[in-house]
Amino acid sequence: MMLNDSMYGILFRDINPVRTFVDQRFSRQVHARAGIIINTGEDNYLTTADAVEAAHTVTTSQLLNEYFAKEAGLEDWQLGLGHAFEIDPAVPESFRLELAHALLARELFPKAPLKWMPPTRHMTGDVFRGYLLDGFFNLVGAMTGQGILLVGMMTEAVVTPWLSDRDLALQNVRYVLDAAGGLHEDFRPAPDGLVATRARQVLGETIDLLDRIADEGLLDAIADGTFGLMRRPADGGRGLDGVARKAPEYFNPATDLLEEGR
Amino acid sequence: MTSTIVRPYGDTTGDGMVQLSFTLPVPHSKRAEGAAQQLANKMGMDPALVVHAKPMGPGFTFFVVYGRVNHLVDVDKVEVVERDYPLLTPKEVNAAIKRALRRRLVVIGACIGTDAHTVGIDAILNIKGFAGEKGLEYYREIKVVNLGAQVSVPQLVDRAVSERADAVLVSQVVTQRDAHLLNTREMAAAFSEAFPRERRPVLVVGGPRFDEAMAPDLGVDRIFGRGTTPGEVASYLVHRIGAAR
Repeated sequence: MMLNDSMYGILFRDINPVRTFVDQRFSRQVHARAGIIINTGEDNYLTTADAVEAAHTVTTSQLLNEYFAKEAGLEDWQLGLGHAFEIDPAVPESFRLELAHALLARELFPKAPLKWMPPTRHMTGDVFRGYLLDGFFNLVGAMTGQGILLVGMMTEAVVTPWLSDRDLALQNVRYVLDAAGGLHEDFRPAPDGLVATRARQVLGETIDLLDRIADEGLLDAIADGTFGLMRRPADGGRGLDGVARKAPEYFNPATDLLEEGR
Repeated sequence: MTSTIVRPYGDTTGDGMVQLSFTLPVPHSKRAEGAAQQLANKMGMDPALVVHAKPMGPGFTFFVVYGRVNHLVDVDKVEVVERDYPLLTPKEVNAAIKRALRRRLVVIGACIGTDAHTVGIDAILNIKGFAGEKGLEYYREIKVVNLGAQVSVPQLVDRAVSERADAVLVSQVVTQRDAHLLNTREMAAAFSEAFPRERRPVLVVGGPRFDEAMAPDLGVDRIFGRGTTPGEVASYLVHRIGAAR
C-alpha cells in the first residue's frame, strides 16, 4: 500500500500543478504495474475545510482520482480512495452525517477498498472523549464496510502515541468490529431519512462542481481554491522550472514500457 | 470567604482523589501490580488502588490507579503568563493599525519544518477563524500571507524580507523529539541573523504543547498555547507595534 494522489502534492505541498499531474501519472503507472494499492488524500481536505460544507469536494476528488487511476491502468481493488470522520461533534446529527458521507463513498465505489481516516481536528486533548469519538468512527467504518480502517488515537494532538494508547486504540477497533462487524448487512437507511437525503445532497453538489470544473478546467478550479480551500495557480508552486512542453522527438522508454505492459 | 488552598475533588470536598494510568515494562503478575501500587505511593498517592491491570504483549502491563493525594495548592501563588495587553475588537485593531502605521500590517504565517498540521495557523489566519472569532484575514488593515505547511526557515525569512513583514506567526503541532522547540530556535536564530534587532519582525509561535513562559528561552517575542483565538493574537500584535513606535 502506498500514498498516491493526483492532487495532494499541489494542494498540501505546493508543488506545481502541471508537474504534479505529470509525475503522479507516472507514479500511478508504476503502482498499476507493481500491483500496489494506492491511498488517496481526500481526508486532508477536511483538515483545512469544513467537513460538512466541503463534503462534496471529497466526493468530487474521489471521482477524479478514480478517473486518473483507471487511466493509468490501476484496477478497482487498488483504489484506497480517502475520506475522513472530521465533522465537528457539536454539529447536531454529526454521526448521521458522517454515516451518510461514508455510505455515499461506499456505494459510489463498491469494489474499491476505501481508506477511512479517524478524527484529528476535533480531538481536543480530552482523551476520554476522544476515545468515544474514535469508537463512533470505528462504528461508521463497520457499518459501511470500509476496507482500510486507520486506527484513531485518543492522544491525537497530545503526544506521539504511547504503547498503551496504541493498545487501547486497537481494543476499541476490535470491540467494534467484533460487536458490529457485520452490521452493514442489516443496515439500510430509510429512503427518505436524513442519511439517504444527505447522501443525495452531497452527490448533487458533486455533480454541480464537476460541471463547473468541466466548464472552467481542472487547473483553474484548483487555482480557485476548490479543494481544501488551497489556491494553487497553474504557474505557481515548487518545481515549475522542471516543466517543459514535450518536444516532437520526446522519448521516455519507461513510460513506453509501462503503457505497453497493460 | 473562599480558601485559595485547594486539593483535588473526586466525589466529596477535600477527598484529594486522582486517577493515574501508566505502563510498566514487566509481564503482568501479582508482583507487577504491587510494583504499580508502590510507584503510585511514591508519587504521593496514599491509599493507591490499582483498579485495572492489563498485559500488553509479553513484556508490558498497563495500569489504572485511583487514590488520594495529600498535596495542597495555593491558587493565589500560582504563576502563569497572563495577558498583559488589552483585548480589542477587529474594529479597534484596524483603527489602531491605521493610526500607528498609516498602512496595512503585514503578517506572514507558516508551519515550519516537516510539520504538515495547518489547523493552528489556519484557525488564527483564515477568515473562518476559531471559536466564533474571524481570523486575521478578516481584518481590513492586516495583510495576511499564509505560506501553509512544510515551509523551510530560509523560505520564511526570504518571504519576510520581500513582504516587509511586521510579524511572523509560526505554528508547531508536531512535538516528536522536541521538533517544535528545535524548529522555533532555528527560526528565531535565522531572523536574528537576517535583521538588525530593531527591524526584526515580531516573532510569534503557537501550538498546543508549548510552555507560554518559554518565549525568551526560545528567542521569540510571544508564545500562544492551546485555545488561543485570532482576536488575542491581533490584539497582541497591535500592542507590540504600538509599544515599538
